[in-house]
Amino acid sequence: MTLYGAVFYLLGIIILGASVLAITRRNMVHAVICLIVSFLGTALLFFLLGAPFLAALEVIIYAGAIMVLFLFVIMTLKMETSKELGPSIGRWGPAVLLGTAFLILIVLVVTRDPISRVALETSVAEPAAFGRFVFENYWLAVEIISLLLLVALVAVIHLGRGKGEANKEDEA
Amino acid sequence: MIVPYGHVLILAVMSFAVGLVCMVARRNLIMLLVGVEIMMNGAAIAFVGAALRWQLLTGQVFVLFLIGVAGAEVSVGLVLIVAAYRKTESLDPDTYNLLKW
Repeated sequence: MTLYGAVFYLLGIIILGASVLAITRRNMVHAVICLIVSFLGTALLFFLLGAPFLAALEVIIYAGAIMVLFLFVIMTLKMETSKELGPSIGRWGPAVLLGTAFLILIVLVVTRDPISRVALETSVAEPAAFGRFVFENYWLAVEIISLLLLVALVAVIHLGRGKGEANKEDEA
Repeated sequence: MIVPYGHVLILAVMSFAVGLVCMVARRNLIMLLVGVEIMMNGAAIAFVGAALRWQLLTGQVFVLFLIGVAGAEVSVGLVLIVAAYRKTESLDPDTYNLLKW
């Protein structure tokens, strides 16, 4: 096993361990903190797999913006301690069974495919080359994504108008 | 060499399965969104691995769009949860039983 391979398996353990911790926490703030660790591990994995620009985006957008948005909502609504029922075999049993069945199926498919045995060679996509590639070949998709984000912004402003508006609708 | 391509795919699928279990098992809307984020993250790992395997930048472009879509999805999802929480004072999906308010 090369050094890069050892780093890959270490990052895999960090990502999966932090994700499993995140989904089992009852306190949502703890869950989000665990998820940040998982996303930082993913960013390092992207760096290892030759995507430094995406690694930076993962840190800025996923681990930064999206997780702060989660924390912000959890804390403003004062719902750190949810009234959710405790873990029970009736709810976790079928879910884990479904996840394991899905996992076994895909692992069988992947291991039987000869393409999956090809060893990955290290190579790096420079951010400048990546940006040039995006705007030369996929400029229309970039515009569509920007439109989608604009629509999301309008929807968020409309839905989050605040309590005053909601109370008026209650009286009507 | 780093690792066989299949190991990257298996890591991505394991990450996806963790998110799937979270979505099915948790009775809490915020944790449901957390599950979706973990699943999208798994998909992104698979795309980056494939981009390295075939030495094509298109896979990385897909991850760029995936991150953009995830940002839009999370912002709209969270504001819907906030709007519903104001009405029902609960995060349990089972308490949302009104078609009109």
